[in-house]
Amino acid sequence: MRLASGGQIDRTQTIGFSFDGRQYEGFAGDTLASALVANRVRVVGRSFKYHRPRGVFTAGSEEPNALVTLGRAAAQDPNQRATMVELFEGLEARSQNRWPSLDFDLLALNDLAAPFLGAGFYYKTFMWPAAFWERLYEPFIRRAAGLGALSGKNNDAYHEKAFAHCDLLVIGAGPAGLMAALVAGRAGLDVILADEDSRPGGRLNAETIEVAGQPGADWAEDMVEALRAMDNVRIMTRTTVTGAYDGGTYGALERPAPDWAGHSDAPCACFWRIHAQRAILAAGALERPVAFRNNDRPGVMMAGALRAYVNRWAVSPGKAVTVFGNNDDAHRTVADLLAAGIHVAALIDSRPEATTDLPVRRYAGAQVTDAHGRGGLEAISIATMSGIDKIRTDCLAISGGWNPTLHLTCHTGRRPAWSPDLAAFVPCDGAVPGMITAGACAGDFSTHACLAAGVAAGKAVAKDLGKRARKTDLPRAEDAPYRIRPLWAVPGKGRAWLDFQNDVTVKDVKLAATENFTSVEHMKRYTTQGMAPDQGKNSNVNALAVLADATGRGIPETGTTTFRPPYVPVPIAAMGAGAQGKGFAPQRFTTSHAASVEMGAPMVEAGLWYRPGYFPRPGEKTWRQSCDREVGMVRQAVGVCDVSTLGKIDVQGPSAGAFLDMLYCNMFSTLKVGRTRYGLMLREDGHVMDDGTTARLGEDHFVMTTTTAAAGQVMKHMEFVHQALRPDLDVSFISVTEQWAQFAVAGPRSRELLNGLLDTPVDDDSFPFMGCGPVSVMGVQGRLFRISFSGEHAYEIAVPARFGDSLFRTLVARAEGMGGGAYGMEALNVLRIEKGFITHSEIHGRTTAFDIGMARMISAKKDCIGKAMAARPGLVSPGREQLVGLMPTGAVKQLTAGAHLFCLGEEAVRENDQGYITSVGFSPTLGHFLGLGFLKDGRARHGEEIRMVDHVRGVETTCKVVDPVVLDPEGGRARG
Amino acid sequence: MAELTAKTPCAGLLPISAGRVTVTEVDPGPMTAIAPFKGKEKTLAGALDRAHGLGGPAPGQTRVKGHVRILWFGHAHALLVGVAPKPTLARHAALTDQGDAWAVVQVEGAEARDVLARLTPLDLRDAVFAVDATARTELAHMQAAITRVGAQAWQMMVFRSMATTLVHDLDAAMRGVAARR
Repeated sequence: MRLASGGQIDRTQTIGFSFDGRQYEGFAGDTLASALVANRVRVVGRSFKYHRPRGVFTAGSEEPNALVTLGRAAAQDPNQRATMVELFEGLEARSQNRWPSLDFDLLALNDLAAPFLGAGFYYKTFMWPAAFWERLYEPFIRRAAGLGALSGKNNDAYHEKAFAHCDLLVIGAGPAGLMAALVAGRAGLDVILADEDSRPGGRLNAETIEVAGQPGADWAEDMVEALRAMDNVRIMTRTTVTGAYDGGTYGALERPAPDWAGHSDAPCACFWRIHAQRAILAAGALERPVAFRNNDRPGVMMAGALRAYVNRWAVSPGKAVTVFGNNDDAHRTVADLLAAGIHVAALIDSRPEATTDLPVRRYAGAQVTDAHGRGGLEAISIATMSGIDKIRTDCLAISGGWNPTLHLTCHTGRRPAWSPDLAAFVPCDGAVPGMITAGACAGDFSTHACLAAGVAAGKAVAKDLGKRARKTDLPRAEDAPYRIRPLWAVPGKGRAWLDFQNDVTVKDVKLAATENFTSVEHMKRYTTQGMAPDQGKNSNVNALAVLADATGRGIPETGTTTFRPPYVPVPIAAMGAGAQGKGFAPQRFTTSHAASVEMGAPMVEAGLWYRPGYFPRPGEKTWRQSCDREVGMVRQAVGVCDVSTLGKIDVQGPSAGAFLDMLYCNMFSTLKVGRTRYGLMLREDGHVMDDGTTARLGEDHFVMTTTTAAAGQVMKHMEFVHQALRPDLDVSFISVTEQWAQFAVAGPRSRELLNGLLDTPVDDDSFPFMGCGPVSVMGVQGRLFRISFSGEHAYEIAVPARFGDSLFRTLVARAEGMGGGAYGMEALNVLRIEKGFITHSEIHGRTTAFDIGMARMISAKKDCIGKAMAARPGLVSPGREQLVGLMPTGAVKQLTAGAHLFCLGEEAVRENDQGYITSVGFSPTLGHFLGLGFLKDGRARHGEEIRMVDHVRGVETTCKVVDPVVLDPEGGRARG
Repeated sequence: MAELTAKTPCAGLLPISAGRVTVTEVDPGPMTAIAPFKGKEKTLAGALDRAHGLGGPAPGQTRVKGHVRILWFGHAHALLVGVAPKPTLARHAALTDQGDAWAVVQVEGAEARDVLARLTPLDLRDAVFAVDATARTELAHMQAAITRVGAQAWQMMVFRSMATTLVHDLDAAMRGVAARR
């Protein structure tokens, strides 16, 4: 219920929201959890395994119980902690893991079956028969156990990722973090102060503590104002630092603020990568519960959380509250409750020596042994010296002490150390390079100690980074000692919960120890303690203390499990933000893209490039019809194809020729200016890397072409060869792929077409086969290469890319007037298969120059990359698969790429494999399919009939082995 | 005879604006990659100075004179922008025309830095990346050259073929930033 006054909420702003379909109201400044408490909603979820009713347990990101699903349809977002959800108008939240409803959950039957569902029950119960696991047991268990679920639909909601840089990252804006940021900021450092709360201040917002003579929350607000006024300090609220990584990199998740969360362009979350020279961890501490029978009843909550609800949000979860603790915070809680006018039924302090002046019924040296009330807490039993007492209460606040929030210090592999004084783990110094700790996360639990630690940390970092910190007055604050007597679990019968989120009890941990899962890591995996969204924030230390007790070891010997990033759940959508849909990879469009799309060409992806597959014309119903026509155009008239995507690398310098001799297996230094040569490039291991033509434009100037797919790889290879192997060579190179729009003009009428555009016509003398040189194209300076990938009389013409669109349209229009037109990738592929020209289908990384029949290209007159390794016996010996052409001969006239080859009469099994097919196409020129493939000793087997079996597609035929060059083997068409 | 018509890389894509950021296409004029021959770094700097009034840029820096700018352009390269190089430079360095290879845009406005923070890991703080600083870096998934040309203005270059993706990614980041206000 809402208290009549107080709190850091804006009572003038009412906000409507719904939970499980019912409408409620809260105030600006409320979280979903505080608003539910205000509306007396006690049961907010069902537990993971036993489906027990659960209520709000904490007030922070460690919340194990109040997990809800937000949003609808594809955007439904499960397992959101109600304690971290800021209320906004129209918020829709639904409870999870219940059927048919939260109040009446059929699977609560699991709770009655609890004796059978202890730790490891899956492994013991569902063993036989083995086949039942996948089909029966697992689906059933998955349905019965669990938390919220995703929609299963594609969610295209916008997520964001971003980078930030600073000198100092301060993690946590409590008293320590605020002081550290102030000192470092005043010293002139670039500071980022990140806090996961919407309101900086940390515990000061939840307590009635005074700082510098004013209420802590007001002091924090003044501090934030002072920090905001500094240009070099950036405050990031709602931002949880989720991980500490190498090199001063921190991951952080930012949740949207309610005032812009609803905007259609606003991100659902932003994942930050913060690069910081130094970091100060001031993340505070998390209060831990005490395990006792039925301590998971709705109405049982953490004492620190209860103070936050009362002081910050002015709500009380109960009318008659009891408080149970093993440290002075229990007393602080009672004092705050009384001050807020809330009835306190009893204070139970497990320490026999505890005293209090508070006007309240109190029990010293007593322990709560049971909580009663199925749908919500109604009474508790307490064990005192004189026996068992029962007290009526609807809310029990518990405090088992505090665990420093040291998780980030363990993210790079270090373990924390045990402090017997604090009965808690504390971080080790220097655990993460560049990061220091300050305040409660380092074990300083008083406000004064936190403020002082913040100042010291800020000063230390400033000095470390060469700045001088100005004198900073330490504000006055309480400095109460931390007095605690450890209490992990109250002995007794029944189930006492350790891990609320995973339904792990004291019994489960003891059972694990009994069954010899005594290592803390084994116990964790056997019981599932410390998994799931909260990662055991509430339960880890208690569970290992119980384990230590059960195994007769101390806590330091038992140790903790490993804390790994992320500290809070991070949606994959946030980490991969921007990579959905078009953001997956850059799209590379040629200058002819728009024109090709206008012509109805479907695009195929080649690396990042989009290239037209074919150009359909009216009446053509299949791609094959278009492809056949386009092949015919090139063979009989003239075709135009954009080849700009091939890598083009400008190579210049006095040693350019020598450099190319090193890169290519054949000779380039002897190439005449104005001529082009085909080159084959080997990897260091002797296999083929790439191929292409290189033109010599001047004495010291070459232009190399690579395949589309390997352009980047070749460029990288060249940098390596030059920088690491031949730095003596005076050569430089740069990609000009994007500078030039380049089009293949192929076919018997290609020269006729070009001469209609060139300012000076060309002939066989000025541009013989493999000639190259500058030309003027309709007034624009371009380059012309007489090279052919189709076997026809062909050219490639290049102009600066700005003219690409215009030239493509002009070429296509003129070609169409001559009985030709544009051709796409499909036709290009068929044309080259007819000629036996290779692509990366053949030079796929496992083939050598010997395999593809180009062994003689490896020049004997010079060295080159890969030469020595290519000569290894295994790479040139008989029995290797060699490039061949294939024609179908059987009843089935189809060849398929990827099919394997077998000798006639032999079974089509791996042991009999003779080779495989790499490329196929229907040749309209010859009227049947053609294939390229690799066959054992293939060059000696031309004319042989062989069996093709495609096990995947279920296609089988016989085919004839032929020379790879089927069409015009003499090459007269290209030269003529 | 008909003439070939020129088209800019971002034709039809720009300008766009959202919140307090605008993106416009820049016509940089001629752009030429300059790579000094072996041992010619010093003589090239002198030749550049004589030819265009500015020397070679230090790594990560640009030099500006009037409308001419020379950018450090990664390992062993500089990029002369805004003027065609005098032929005398060819004695000292390999010159390669890059005038059509890049889409060049200017991102400008009060929130421009916030937009860029969503796209590039580059540290854009004043002390680290001052006006006239330049870097070859990553922009979304693209390799890019980013140059700071004003207090709130950055020029970015990506491959010409990636102009559509550049504008798409800028647009999404800009709208996300604008939505936060």
